[in-house]
Amino acid sequence: MTNAIELDDVSFGYDRRRPVLKGITMSIPRGQVVAIMGGSGCGKTTILRLIGGQLRQQHGQVKVDGASVRDLGREELYALRRRIGMLFQFGALFTDMTVFENIAFPMREHTDLSDALIRDLVLMKLHAVGLRGAAQLKPSELSGGMARRVALARAVALDPMLVLYDEPFAGLDPISLGVVGQLIRRLNDALGITSVIVTHDVYESLKIVDYLYFVSEGRIIAQGTPDEVRNSADPFVRQFVDGEADGPVPFHYPARSYAEELAAGAN
Amino acid sequence: MPTKPLANGLRRIGAGTIRAVSRMGFAARFFVAVLYHSPAALRRIPLTLREVYFAGVLSLVVIIVSGVFVGMVLGLQGYDTLNLYGAGDSLGLFVGLSLVRELGPVVAGLLFASRAGSAITAEIGLMKTTEQLSAMEMMAVDPLARIVAPRFWGGVISMPLLAALFSVMGVFGAYVVGVRLIGVDSGTFWGNMQAGIEFRPDVTNSIIKSVVFGVAVSLIAVFEGYDAKPTAEGVSAATTRTVVEGSLAILALDFILTVFMFRGVGDV
Amino acid sequence: MNRSAIDLWVGIFVTIGIGAIVFLALKVGNLASLDSKPSYHLEASFTNIGGLKLRAPVRAAGVIVGRVESVKLDTTTYEARVTMRIDNDYKFSKDTIAAVLTSGLLGEVYIGLEIGGDPQMLADNGRITKTQSALVLEKLISQFLFDKVSSGPGQ
Ligand SMILES: Nc1ncnc2c1ncn2[C@@H]1O[C@H](COP(=O)(O)OP(=O)(O)OP(=O)(O)O)[C@@H](O)[C@H]1O
Ligand SMILES: [Mg+2]
Repeated sequence: MTNAIELDDVSFGYDRRRPVLKGITMSIPRGQVVAIMGGSGCGKTTILRLIGGQLRQQHGQVKVDGASVRDLGREELYALRRRIGMLFQFGALFTDMTVFENIAFPMREHTDLSDALIRDLVLMKLHAVGLRGAAQLKPSELSGGMARRVALARAVALDPMLVLYDEPFAGLDPISLGVVGQLIRRLNDALGITSVIVTHDVYESLKIVDYLYFVSEGRIIAQGTPDEVRNSADPFVRQFVDGEADGPVPFHYPARSYAEELAAGAN
Repeated sequence: MPTKPLANGLRRIGAGTIRAVSRMGFAARFFVAVLYHSPAALRRIPLTLREVYFAGVLSLVVIIVSGVFVGMVLGLQGYDTLNLYGAGDSLGLFVGLSLVRELGPVVAGLLFASRAGSAITAEIGLMKTTEQLSAMEMMAVDPLARIVAPRFWGGVISMPLLAALFSVMGVFGAYVVGVRLIGVDSGTFWGNMQAGIEFRPDVTNSIIKSVVFGVAVSLIAVFEGYDAKPTAEGVSAATTRTVVEGSLAILALDFILTVFMFRGVGDV
Repeated sequence: MNRSAIDLWVGIFVTIGIGAIVFLALKVGNLASLDSKPSYHLEASFTNIGGLKLRAPVRAAGVIVGRVESVKLDTTTYEARVTMRIDNDYKFSKDTIAAVLTSGLLGEVYIGLEIGGDPQMLADNGRITKTQSALVLEKLISQFLFDKVSSGPGQ
């Protein structure tokens, strides 16, 4: 059986001067929940966009379900995307629709289900994220965390075979955080789907994932099962797990030295 | 070196030209793509109706009010000038011709560009900025079919109706001033107008103009929105561009169309 | 804004928009008149048509009875051949006189028909033989000056 997702030596840059990904290799087996972790701006969202075919890598191969995403035609790509759910980092809810219509949107676009059936399905998804009562609100009336949960419900609206979560835990209180984590795990196991979670939250992800990748400066610098990660002596991993500011993962975007820059301003 | 500023200036002109041409090429490709996705979009009537509401119904008030005022001013000024030559009776013809041939389509088009065009650009631009278009693509729904094409057609449908309404309101405004206030005979007013204005080519050309303007402004509006830089400034710059480019396009197209339509009408 | 309210408003909008186009066509553009009524053609040749334009009115006793449909230069006689479209309701005798006239000094140029006494009426594509060309102001003035000069100053 092929893996759900396969990245082989993938390199990508938004422009030629600054590569964002430099030779990423990872394979994500079917039915697993896999986390991609890394500092801010290290290219995690970019990896998800490559998997979804919104960006095309300059080098290497991205395979989803055995097919090379870059080489798919428009129709094939759309057919593939119909089986992928994606939670966007900033929610990306449709602001001119209610919460209900947002979740009904993919169903209305891709199925001929009756209105009554769609209503039941939408309420079911909303119930799962604890927002059945907010069905008639507009996205502008939601808090950040609520919007994220709605986006999550929308991502799984069509019961996809693969779900990509970009920061599902950001902006959630500890209770919803645990609930959403469990929800991702349960959805994954109940529907037999594959989940990729991009997150900073080591603690929460260690509880639910099967495997973790650590990305830094466009490369995978560590990987392993939760147990391996917990017991790892790797300084990168330790920095993440223990949440230390200083360590091998740089906090600063590449720049001249601070002192140098201040001195330049003084002249 | 003294030639340096010159070379730099030329280089800038060259770069600007290349950018403009490539943008126009991009816009043309975009237009074809919108047309390609139109049948699918038009099959879902409610989507387009909703955009007719936003582009057309919400522009009604500004079109009606401006139409009446422009007509009243035409009535006053027109009568004054015509009366100098003892031709005050031709007021109806003067007003009708100005509105039907030029002012109706052009002024309604300018108002449409700033009222509806800017709204379309801002909406699409913001959807892009907030990744709504990306999200749609990831749901295997093409934003060109779902978002862009209905807005384009909503504008194309609304524009001729708004232009006709503007002309009628203008005639009404001129009627109020000319007949009710100044005292031109009502029969003369309408009679002169009807004797001098033909359904073909005057009214038909007016409709053709407004359709062309509708296509141009709607295309510019959706293109600028879709092409906007996904930031707050990007969207605001795109909105401005829609109004500026839309207005210039209307004036330029109006000149070209007028040359083709009315050349030879007056002469043999 | 829900669906049915949008539908209602769009319905109102489209109705008054189409109403406006109909108004332009009928009340402003006069579509209902001559264009659609049954009509026939008459022809006449003039040595000079002055400022006569396409679709200029054709009047009889001041009443519009038709419009100028085409104007061509006849290259054998070098006269202007004018085709008029006349409303079927109006018939004119064979000896009708057609004249290119101007309403007022600067007004519109039209063709005036003056009916004769012949009992036979012109049929479709009939030819009006008696015509009177446009008065050209410059010619009149130069003629007037010429008369003055030739009659001599010694009077
Ligand atoms: N549209 C774009 N054009 C140019 N550069 C971009 C674009 N989007 C992202 N980048 C750059 O690519 C790099 C990776 O961005 P990406 O969004 O993948 O980061 P990330 O890992 O998701 O970060 P975060 O955790 O903060 O969301 C960043 O350095 C960013 O500056
Ligand atoms: Mg990101």
